[in-house]
Amino acid sequence: MEIDRTNTNNNDDILVVRNLKKYYPLSRFSLSKEKAFVKAVDDVSFTIKRGTTMGLVGESGCGKTTVGRTILRLHEVTGGQVLFDGKDLATLPSGALRKLRPQMQMIFQDPYSSLSPRLPIGEIIGEAVREHKIVPKGEYRSHILKVMNDCGLPSQYFYRYPHEFSGGQRQRVSIARAVALKPKFIICDEPVSALDVSIQAQIINLLMDLQAQFGYTYLFISHDLSVVEHISDTIGVMYLGSLVEYGSKESVFANPMHPYSKALLSAVPVPDPDHKMNRIILTGDLPSPINPPSGCKFRTRCSSCMDICSKKVPQLREIEKGHQVACHLYNKV
Amino acid sequence: MLNYIIKRLLLALLILIGASILIYMLSMLMPADYIDNQTAAALQSGSMTMEDVMRLKQLYGLADKSFKGIMKSYFSWLLSAFSGDLGHSFLYSKPVTAVLADYIWISFTVAFISYILQIIIAIPMGIKAAVNQYGPYDYTVSVFAMIGTAFPSFFLSALLMNVFSIRLGIFPLLGLTTATKVFGPNEHFAIFLDKAWHLVLPIAVLTILGIGGTMRFTRTNMLEVLNSDYIRTARAKGLPESTVVYKHAFRNTLIPLVTSLSGLLPSLFGGAMITETVFAIPGIGYMAYRATIQGDIPFIMGYNMFLSILTVSGMLISDLMYMVVDPRVKLS
Repeated sequence: MEIDRTNTNNNDDILVVRNLKKYYPLSRFSLSKEKAFVKAVDDVSFTIKRGTTMGLVGESGCGKTTVGRTILRLHEVTGGQVLFDGKDLATLPSGALRKLRPQMQMIFQDPYSSLSPRLPIGEIIGEAVREHKIVPKGEYRSHILKVMNDCGLPSQYFYRYPHEFSGGQRQRVSIARAVALKPKFIICDEPVSALDVSIQAQIINLLMDLQAQFGYTYLFISHDLSVVEHISDTIGVMYLGSLVEYGSKESVFANPMHPYSKALLSAVPVPDPDHKMNRIILTGDLPSPINPPSGCKFRTRCSSCMDICSKKVPQLREIEKGHQVACHLYNKV
Repeated sequence: MLNYIIKRLLLALLILIGASILIYMLSMLMPADYIDNQTAAALQSGSMTMEDVMRLKQLYGLADKSFKGIMKSYFSWLLSAFSGDLGHSFLYSKPVTAVLADYIWISFTVAFISYILQIIIAIPMGIKAAVNQYGPYDYTVSVFAMIGTAFPSFFLSALLMNVFSIRLGIFPLLGLTTATKVFGPNEHFAIFLDKAWHLVLPIAVLTILGIGGTMRFTRTNMLEVLNSDYIRTARAKGLPESTVVYKHAFRNTLIPLVTSLSGLLPSLFGGAMITETVFAIPGIGYMAYRATIQGDIPFIMGYNMFLSILTVSGMLISDLMYMVVDPRVKLS
């Protein structure tokens, strides 16, 4: 739908995701000819501008993490395009992809399992720096120590092992590991959800400081809306593998349009005891992603469901400037 | 650390005493003892009377089969065992320790070579199978490994003997040396070659039997590690796949692998009773087999206590190795 805009290779957009699909076959030994798939990511499109942060929110199991991993092709792409600096990651040969990997890094959710237990911190951070010759050989050690320092890790930690650290420190190591490769783009996959609340703020501030200093672009995946509001420039709301709303932080938070976003945002706690919460409580469970409802996937839980909702899949459409919604409520022409 | 080892050694002593009581009782209660076996023919032909047999049993300490009698002879065995004397073997007419010392090395050589071969073959196979999980390589290797493990050793031995020595005639059928060949006093290398030639099939049998388990163990542990987050991290870093597999994944697989394989080390001295017997190799396992069917109680006791010590020390070694390889573990 926006083909000409992206074909001009807009240099402002570091990442353009178009109709991204990731299906997992349900059974390898299925007798029926029609294969069943879990549609973890179904037709997701968005664009991230250089130096900005996009927040991706949604309840657990909606495919946020899969989007992140599929963009970096840690999972193979089923369909669609992922244009990173104009190169389509989805079809890049693996050798070229590997050469490109330092430019796009990922910080994983669980700082306990994402660091190899047998390698000291210095090696975890520096291994890929050596592999990709990010800095000249002579500057290797000083580069690692500088990165560690930037991330709040004293240099004496260089030879320590991950099990000697707390969760917050481990997450700093993960960040240092990503940052040491001088990336352009970092996917933060729930980087703070495994940490104590007091540590969460430190890590978020570290990420924002690093962005201010080095101009990183972030895709920030989280279910914590307060955190996302704090760090993001644009917001994408996901439901059952699809993007239902996408826009600038201000417009999405001030004026959520999709009934799901409305419900989601009404649940954000407000630090004011006198504030009256008008929570919209959703009924029912998340439908199965193997057999999603026809038409709009959200219709089974939507309070303003109409006839058309079960018949036609709503497309993501720009309703106001820079604010896209996939909902039939806004399609009355 | 030292406390831990001492505690474990005391516990081991207790286990060994328990095991020795069990083995002693069982061997004493065998229906036909050593003297019965030796005198059966003479008794039949009438050249010996029942009184002669009983007198012999008295001499060998086998006459009193009551509970009290067994306990009494057990404690006298235990006392001398503590002073390092495992008694005299009835069958081999030598001190038990001397028999063990004489025949242990041939068993160890066979077991050690097949242990090394098994590691060299099984570990890379396990790694490759895990990397290609559910691929054709994985299935093929798993099926063959399972077949190898499922064969009883005597069956596999007989199969290899039939094919390679009877039909093809490539390897000798039995024994450790060629009986018809006479070697000069300085033909050490020729003797060595002749023995090595005889040991090819037994080593092959033990290796094939061992590969399956080690390969599956490597595969399982590799798979667990390959699905962990830090492997995803390593891939996201843009490391080459070989670095991901060998440096990140295999290193972490080494912890359980080294632990279990080092636990096997002492058992290499124990001999392979069935394989050695089928191939008539004069190793400790073959000697133990002959002693057992003859009811040679001092040797049975000595050999089984030796096996128990090997097992107990194997467990201790594998626990200590666990601490050595894994920086996170501190035993207390």
